[in-house]
Amino acid sequence: MTQLHTTAAAAGAPASEATAPFLEVRNLSVKFPTDDGVVSAVNGMDFALERGQTLGIVGESGSGKSVTSQALMGLLKGTSAQVSGQAMFQGKDLVTLPESAMRQLRGRNIGMIFQDPLSALHPFYTVGHQIAEAYLVHNKASKKQARAAAVDMLGRVGIPSPEQRYDEYPHHFSGGMRQRAMIAMALICEPELLIADEPTTALDVTVQAQILDLMSGLQEETNSALILITHDLGVVAEVCDNVLVMYGGQCVESGPVDEIFYDTQHPYTLGLLNSMPTLNSAASQLNPIPGQPPSLLDLPKGCIFSARCQYAELVNDGLCASQRPQLSVEDGHGKRCHLSGPQIITIRNSR
Amino acid sequence: MMTFILRRTGSLVLLLAAVSFITFTLFQLGPSDPAAAACGQECTPERVAEARVALGMDQPFLVQYADYIRGLFSSRMIGAPGAQTLCEWPCLGKSFQTNENVADIIARSLPYTFSMAIGALVLWTITGVGLGLLAALRKGSPVDKFIVGAASVGVSLPIPVTGLFLLLLFVNQLHLLPFTTNEINSPFGPQGPGAWVANYLLPWIALAVLFSASYIRVTRTNMIETFGEDFIRTARAKGLAPRTVTFKHGVRAGITPVVTMLGMDIGLLLGGAVLTEQIFSVPGLGFTAVHAAISGDLPVTMAITMLAAFFVIVANVVVDLAYAAIDPRVRLQ
Repeated sequence: MTQLHTTAAAAGAPASEATAPFLEVRNLSVKFPTDDGVVSAVNGMDFALERGQTLGIVGESGSGKSVTSQALMGLLKGTSAQVSGQAMFQGKDLVTLPESAMRQLRGRNIGMIFQDPLSALHPFYTVGHQIAEAYLVHNKASKKQARAAAVDMLGRVGIPSPEQRYDEYPHHFSGGMRQRAMIAMALICEPELLIADEPTTALDVTVQAQILDLMSGLQEETNSALILITHDLGVVAEVCDNVLVMYGGQCVESGPVDEIFYDTQHPYTLGLLNSMPTLNSAASQLNPIPGQPPSLLDLPKGCIFSARCQYAELVNDGLCASQRPQLSVEDGHGKRCHLSGPQIITIRNSR
Repeated sequence: MMTFILRRTGSLVLLLAAVSFITFTLFQLGPSDPAAAACGQECTPERVAEARVALGMDQPFLVQYADYIRGLFSSRMIGAPGAQTLCEWPCLGKSFQTNENVADIIARSLPYTFSMAIGALVLWTITGVGLGLLAALRKGSPVDKFIVGAASVGVSLPIPVTGLFLLLLFVNQLHLLPFTTNEINSPFGPQGPGAWVANYLLPWIALAVLFSASYIRVTRTNMIETFGEDFIRTARAKGLAPRTVTFKHGVRAGITPVVTMLGMDIGLLLGGAVLTEQIFSVPGLGFTAVHAAISGDLPVTMAITMLAAFFVIVANVVVDLAYAAIDPRVRLQ
């Protein structure tokens, strides 16, 4: 089993290039200074990822999912964002890597798929041109070769008659086709790491399944690592090997997908799972987590989730409100909660 | 594409017809009497009546208008019966003041206006778009704040102020540039392009200060908006060089409002920059139009008004074509 957390392993064996994880993120934080104060979007993320694996990052809007991915892509370089921590990728720290070196990795070693393919594609250039452009940045090739590569890639992502579609503009494509084109653009240089930021959110449910199948298929072909950012737990269950649940810019629970779903350790994850409507439930109302996510301008001193947690009073001494819990990892399953294991099991069973 | 151009040409003709008719009507309703003006100091009612016949103003309004329009398509005879002279095609009438062919007056004034417009246009486009882009790229920095501040000052400086100040400084005090002369109206003239630039540099700067200020603001606002677009993030995520991201992906998408502005301003400026031409004593279309309007010289006023309208409309068509070239979503079937 792949370990999402490698802290225990790293302590035992001497770290070497061969055993170092493909991607290892440690204590990643992102802060945005604004006129109203400092927005703490990401507050100490830790995770690791191997090739061929899919990691799902789940959370509400504003939980820091997209900012995490943009920090990994180096897209926050040159902005006012303050990124700290470490993100080791193939021996390079993505956090401290200068923009010029980061640019060599972007598109070539790390590809990215965005949420809304219509706004993510340039409206003034043909789809084919935009894909070929991504190929030409990282490959010494003629325009003709780039075109051939792009046409081939369009075919691989399931776009019919790619030779003709190459010369069409994004507004000629349907939503699903546009996302296929985005995927083709992200994969044209066969990156080892693919970050998909809510790739199916803007799509119809039927198209969502096709896009997920396509991504999984291509990932298997190229043995790449995939970070799938989503708020859709159904998508996570279908595609991911490991899951990381984010809340208020922190990882509150992480582990293999089955454990997250069937051995849930954190009240927030429980709330997320409970809020999902099921086809056979008789309830006519949705079951949301009460309350609002905390303001990232002024995070609570204690557990970030404590204000919305129904079980905070079960912990003695008001610990939930006064002290931020550490991420404790056991058998690859991490949770950030003051509740004890037996307490969690009682809560789970009472639902 | 062909149908587009044909359709636009059709609307151009209709618009010009409307503009000419309105100008003609306004002139008829106006307080000035060209016949009285033409007959001079010692005027008797009989001589005014004669002058009226000579100018063709004894005819009913619609007949006068029809005669005028006919002249646009063929040569026609002008003047009192018995003393008619030929007005060759394109006949825009003859000046009430000098009896000169209006087409010749226009042809004489146009090079001055072109000389002023072209240089000013190049100057303000480069400074306006360039500084606007720089401000957008350095958003929030002291550079940005300085550029935006300078733009606010520039936009609030009227041409008479900048124009006279420039003349005072560069001509009177520093003696760096000559007074503007009417002898130069083309870079291909005997004095050469250097003299042409020196002659028109101050009017160019005066116009550029005024115009580039608004170009800076429009460019800056639009580029900041465009740089925040998702497709710019995509371009960066592909690993493209910053230059490619900025110009190929950013500027092309953010520049369209500037193109619109540019089209309108070219059209307006070719109709004559009245104030600038007055201050620098450049006998262009604006200068001529002012004098014609004051002295009630209908044919000259008509011709310049129609020419100005023509330039504005043509500039609009060119803007539409440029839009289609830039943005495939408005590409015409």
